[in-house]
Amino acid sequence: MNQIELYNITKRYPGCIANQAVELKVGTGEIHALLGENGAGKSTLMKIIYGVVKPDEGVVRWEDEIISVKGPSHARDLGIGMVFQHFSLFETLTVAENIALSLPKAESASMDILKQRIIEVSEHYGMKLDPNRHVHSLSIGEQQRVEIVRCLLQDVKLLILDEPTSVLTPQEVETLFKTLRILSTEGCSILFISHKLDEVRALCDQATILKAGKVSGHCIPKDTTTEELARLMVGDDTPLTEDYKKAEGDHTFLTISDLSYESDDPFACTLKNISLEVKAGEILGIAGVAGNGQEELLNLISGEDTSNKKTVLFDGKAVGHLTPEKRRILGLGFVPEERLGRGAVPNMSLQENGLLTGYQGELTANGLIKTNKVKDFAHRIIDRFNVKSSGIDAQAKSLSGGNLQKYIIGREILQNPKLLVCSHPTWGVDIGAAILIRHELIKLRDEGCSVLVVSEDIDELYSISDRICAICDGEISPIAPTHDVSINQLGMWMAGDFTFIQDSKEAE
Amino acid sequence: MDFELLTNILFATLRTGTPLILIALGEMVCEKSGVLNLGQEGMVLMGAALGFIAAVVTGHAGLGIIAAILAGMMMSVLFAFLAVTLVSNQVATGLALTIFGTGLSGFLGAGYVGMAIEGIAPFPIPFLSDIPVIGKVLFSHDPLVYFSWLMFGLIFWCFRSTRLGLTIRAVGENPEAANAIGIPVMKVRYGAILFGGAMAGLAGAYLSLVYTPMWSEGMAAGRGWIALALVVFASWKAERILLGAYLFGAASIMHLVLQGLGFEASPNLLAMLPYGATIIVLVVIASDAAKAKLNTPLALGQPYRPQV
Amino acid sequence: MLNFTLEKRPSDSKTMSYLSPIFAIVLTLVSGGLLFTLLGKDPFHALYTFFILPLTDIYGWTELAVKVAPLTLCAMGLMLCFKAKIWNIGAEGQFILGGLGGGYIALELMNAEGFWVLPLVLLFGALSGLLWAALTALLKTRFGANEILTTIMLNYIALNWLLYSVHGPLKDPDGFNFPESALFSEFATLPVLSDDYRLNISIFFALFAVAAIWALMSKTLLGFQISVLGEDKAAARFAGFKAERLTWFALLTCGALAGLAGVSEVTGSIGQLNPYISPGYGYAAIIVVFLGRMHPVGILFASMLLALTYLGGEMAQMDLALPKSLTGLFQGMLLFYLLACDLLISYRIVRKPSARLTSSSSSNSAQA
Repeated sequence: MNQIELYNITKRYPGCIANQAVELKVGTGEIHALLGENGAGKSTLMKIIYGVVKPDEGVVRWEDEIISVKGPSHARDLGIGMVFQHFSLFETLTVAENIALSLPKAESASMDILKQRIIEVSEHYGMKLDPNRHVHSLSIGEQQRVEIVRCLLQDVKLLILDEPTSVLTPQEVETLFKTLRILSTEGCSILFISHKLDEVRALCDQATILKAGKVSGHCIPKDTTTEELARLMVGDDTPLTEDYKKAEGDHTFLTISDLSYESDDPFACTLKNISLEVKAGEILGIAGVAGNGQEELLNLISGEDTSNKKTVLFDGKAVGHLTPEKRRILGLGFVPEERLGRGAVPNMSLQENGLLTGYQGELTANGLIKTNKVKDFAHRIIDRFNVKSSGIDAQAKSLSGGNLQKYIIGREILQNPKLLVCSHPTWGVDIGAAILIRHELIKLRDEGCSVLVVSEDIDELYSISDRICAICDGEISPIAPTHDVSINQLGMWMAGDFTFIQDSKEAE
Repeated sequence: MDFELLTNILFATLRTGTPLILIALGEMVCEKSGVLNLGQEGMVLMGAALGFIAAVVTGHAGLGIIAAILAGMMMSVLFAFLAVTLVSNQVATGLALTIFGTGLSGFLGAGYVGMAIEGIAPFPIPFLSDIPVIGKVLFSHDPLVYFSWLMFGLIFWCFRSTRLGLTIRAVGENPEAANAIGIPVMKVRYGAILFGGAMAGLAGAYLSLVYTPMWSEGMAAGRGWIALALVVFASWKAERILLGAYLFGAASIMHLVLQGLGFEASPNLLAMLPYGATIIVLVVIASDAAKAKLNTPLALGQPYRPQV
Repeated sequence: MLNFTLEKRPSDSKTMSYLSPIFAIVLTLVSGGLLFTLLGKDPFHALYTFFILPLTDIYGWTELAVKVAPLTLCAMGLMLCFKAKIWNIGAEGQFILGGLGGGYIALELMNAEGFWVLPLVLLFGALSGLLWAALTALLKTRFGANEILTTIMLNYIALNWLLYSVHGPLKDPDGFNFPESALFSEFATLPVLSDDYRLNISIFFALFAVAAIWALMSKTLLGFQISVLGEDKAAARFAGFKAERLTWFALLTCGALAGLAGVSEVTGSIGQLNPYISPGYGYAAIIVVFLGRMHPVGILFASMLLALTYLGGEMAQMDLALPKSLTGLFQGMLLFYLLACDLLISYRIVRKPSARLTSSSSSNSAQA
C-alpha cells in the first residue's frame, strides 16, 4: 500500500502553470525525493498536499482513499506533517507555545505535560530541545528541530521537508539524516524536497523529478548518477558545471581590521573583531548559516551602518564612518540579499530602479534628472544582461527573481565598481540566470575588481571563490585559498570551530 | 479640607481614565492581532452619538449603552472589511474611519445637541463604599468603571494564560506562519477588530451617558487618539494601560487641582495639558527603541491575504 | 454557480488608479441619494442642491475658488509628506498656526502703512506653520516619536491656542466681548480679484504651489529621493538617501504651505482672527491627496470636489434644512469608497465557475 498517491494534479497561476498533470506515489516508510530546480513547482505541490493551496484539477489518494485536503489542520489530522523552508514559527513565543498552537486543543491543555513530551520526543530522535526558550534565541538549525518535533508530536505518517538542508552546516545535515532514517524505519513516509543531488543520493529510496511543472522522470537515486539526475532536472541544453580558474589577486582594495559591532536591534548578531582583506582581481567567499552576522557585516561595508573610521578601508582610505553614497563614489557596488524591498523598489519602474544607485554619475546634473540618460542606462542593462521584462517601464515586482537579480547586478556592474559586494547572488534564481551571474562575476574579477560574495550555497562558493572562509556567531574563520579548504573543514568553520587543519587538502 | 480635595481628585482621575482604558484595551487586542486601527476617534464618536440618541428615544440609558456598543461594532466591521478583506492601507483606512465617524455622528446627532438626559447613576458597592477615602475613591463609581476593571482582568488573563491569547499574538506576529499551521487569520483579525469597535463604542457611551450626560459634536476631543498613544506607551501590556490611563486622567483634570489650590488659568491653556502630556509620553517611549521593538507585534499594520 | 475571487495583478494597473476615484465619486453619489431618500427628500433634487446648485452662477465658482486655494495649498504639502510615507495629519494645526502667527503680526502692525506689511504678514504666517511642523520633524527624527499621534496632538494644541488667543490676548477690545480679534488693516489684507466677489490672490499661491511641487517631484533628484523613501525605506537607505533630511524637508515644506494657506485665509476671506478660521481644511486635504492620486494636477481637481462639499453642505443647510455636518459625512464616505476601489489597482476580480475542487486567487507564489 502506498501512503499517498497523487494523480493528474494541475495548478495554474495567472501567467504560469505551477503544476501540470503531476503524478506522485510515496510508499509507507519510504524516503522519497522530489527534485527540481527553482520554479519547477515543488513547493506548490507540497502546499497542495498540505492543504495550504487548492489544486485546480487532480486527485489525492491517502491510504487508498480519495480525499480532498481542506487545510493544514485537516492535513495534520490525517497524519501529514510539514517542515517549511521559511519556518512557520513565531519568534517571540517559546518553543512550547509554538508547538501548542499547532496541536489540537485537548493535547495542549496542560503546558507541563506538553513540555515533558517535547523533551521526550526530541531526545528520542536525537534533536535536543529546551521547551522554555524563546524561538528568536535559537539557531536556525534548532528552529528547524522545533518544526520537526512539532510534526512528530502528532503521530505523523507522512513528513514533508521543503529544502531542509539549505540552512544547515554539513554536520547538521548528517544529524538530520540520522533522524529521518530512524523515522523511516518506524514506518513514517518522508517526502524530501531538494535540488541538491548528492544529498538525495545519500538519503532517498525513490525520486520524482519535476521540470517546469511537469514530472520529467522517476528513478532510484542510489542507482543513478548525479549527471543523470541533473539532466532530468534541467534538460539537455543547459551546461551543468562551470569550471573557473582560480586567481591570485593584486593589491589589497578592501581592508577590514578589528571590526566589532553591536546593533540596537535586539534580534541582530554582534560582530566580534572581524578582520579580512579582499584584493583587486580576486573573489573572496564567505560561507555561513543565515543570521550569523552576514547582514551586519555587509551593512557596515555598504555604509548602511557605520563604524569606527579606520575599521573599514577602501584602497587604504578610511571609510568606516562614511555614508553609502560617499562609499559608492569611491568605487563600491553592492547587491543586497533582499532584491525586492532593498535592491530594488518593488512598485517603481526599471528605469527608476536604475537611477536608484546610478544617480551619482551622468544620470543627474545639478539635482535635475536627465530623463534620456536614465532611459538609456536602463536599456543598456537590459541588453547587456539579457533581462526579460516588458520594457524599461515594467515595475520591478513584475520581474521573475532571476531577471530582477540580473538587472540589479547589471546596474552595479555598469557603474564600473572597484569593489562589488554580493549577498546570495543566485539564491532562488533559475539555472540559466545563475550561470550568467557567476560568469559576469568572474569576468568582473578578471577586469581587476575586488569581489566579496556571501552565500549559503557552498557549491557556488567553491565554484567561484578564489579564497574562502566562514562566519559564525559574528566571528570570521581563518581565510584560505579555496583549494586548501575541504568541505569538512568549511563545515567545522560554519559551526564555529575555527581550527585549521592545514594538511587536509581534499580539494573540491 | 485638603484631604477631601485629594479624595475628589482621585475619584475624578478614575472617572476620566475609564474611557481611555476601554478604548486602549480594545485597540490593544486589535493591535496584538497585527491590525492598526486609527479609527478609534470615529468609533468613539459614533458610540457617543448613537448611545445618546438611543437613550433619549427609549428613555433607557442601558439601551443607550447597547446601541453604542453596536454602533462601535458596525464602524469596526466597515474597517475590517476594507483593511482585512480588501487589504487596504490600514493607516489611510483608519483615518477614513475617523473622518467618516466624525461626520456621521455630527450628522445623526445634530438634532440632539443641547438635550439633557439623566445619565447612568453611580452604583456604590455596599459596605466597601463606606470605607473612608478608599470607599469614595474606588467603590462609589458608576457600573462602567467596575466593568473597565473586569475587562482589564479578562484581557490580562487572556494574554497571560489562554490559547486564545496565544493565537491572537501568533496572528499579529506572523500571519503567514499562522495561516500555514491552520489558524484562521482573517477570522481572528475580524474578531479582534470587532472587539476593539465594541470597546470604543462603549467608551463613547461612557462619555455621552455618564461623564457628561449630553451630546455635542466632536465630544471625544481626541480621546481616541490619546488611547492609541497609550497602547504604545503601555508597550501592549494591559496593566500598563491601566496605569497610563489614570495618569492621563490625572493630567486632564489638572484644572480641578489648580482651582483647589486657588490658581486661575485659562481653560483653553489647561485643555492643552493632556495633549502635551501625550507628546511627552511618545518621546519617552520612543527613546527606548530596542525595548519597543521587542514588544511591538511584528506584523502590525501589514495587510495579509492568504494565498489559496 | 459563480464564484468571485480576487486575483493579484502581476503589475499595478495605471488605468484603475485613474478610474478608482471616478468609481468612488459615483458610489458616493449613489449612497448620498439613498441617504436623502431615507431622510424623506427627493434624492435627485437633493443631490442637485448639494452638488450642482452651488455652481450655477459666477459667484458660486468664485466661492469654490476661495475654498480651493487653502485646500490645494495644504494638500500639496501633505502630498510631499505622504509620498515619503510621513503620515503628517498636522496640516490642520499648521494651518491654524499660520493664521494665528500671521494674524498676530497683522494686529501688531495695525497702524503701519505700506506695501511691505502684507508680505511680512504672509511670511510670518508661513513661518509659523513651518515652525509648528518643525516640532513634528524634530520629534520624529530626533526622538522617533510617531508622527501620526504627535501631529494630531499638535492640532488639538493649536486649536486651543487659537481659542485662548481670541478669548484672551488678541480679543478685540472694542468687540463687545466676542471671541474675535479686530479686523486687519487694508495693508494686511489680501487684494481681491474683483470687488464683487471674495476671491483673492491666494488662488495664485495655490496654482504656483501646484507647478512648483510638480516640477520638484517629476524633474529633480530630491523629488525622486522622497518617492523612494516612501516606497521602500530599505532601498532608500541602501541607495544612501538621507532619510532624516528628506523628512525635515517634506515636513517643513508642508508646514510652510499649510501656514501660508492659514494666513491667506485670515488675511483674505475672513479678515480677522476668530475660533472658526478652519472648517477642517487640514483634514479634508488628506482626502484631497488620496483622491488626487498624489499627483499635483489630480490634487487640483480633487480640491475642487472637496471644496464643493463645503458649498454643498451650506446649500443643503439653507435649502433642505439638513445639518451642515453633511459635508463631513460626504467627505468620509468618499475616502472610504476610494480606498475600497483602490483594491482594483493591484487586484482584479475574476469570475470562476465553482469546480469540484474550488480554485482561487493567488499572487506570486508561482515561482515557489
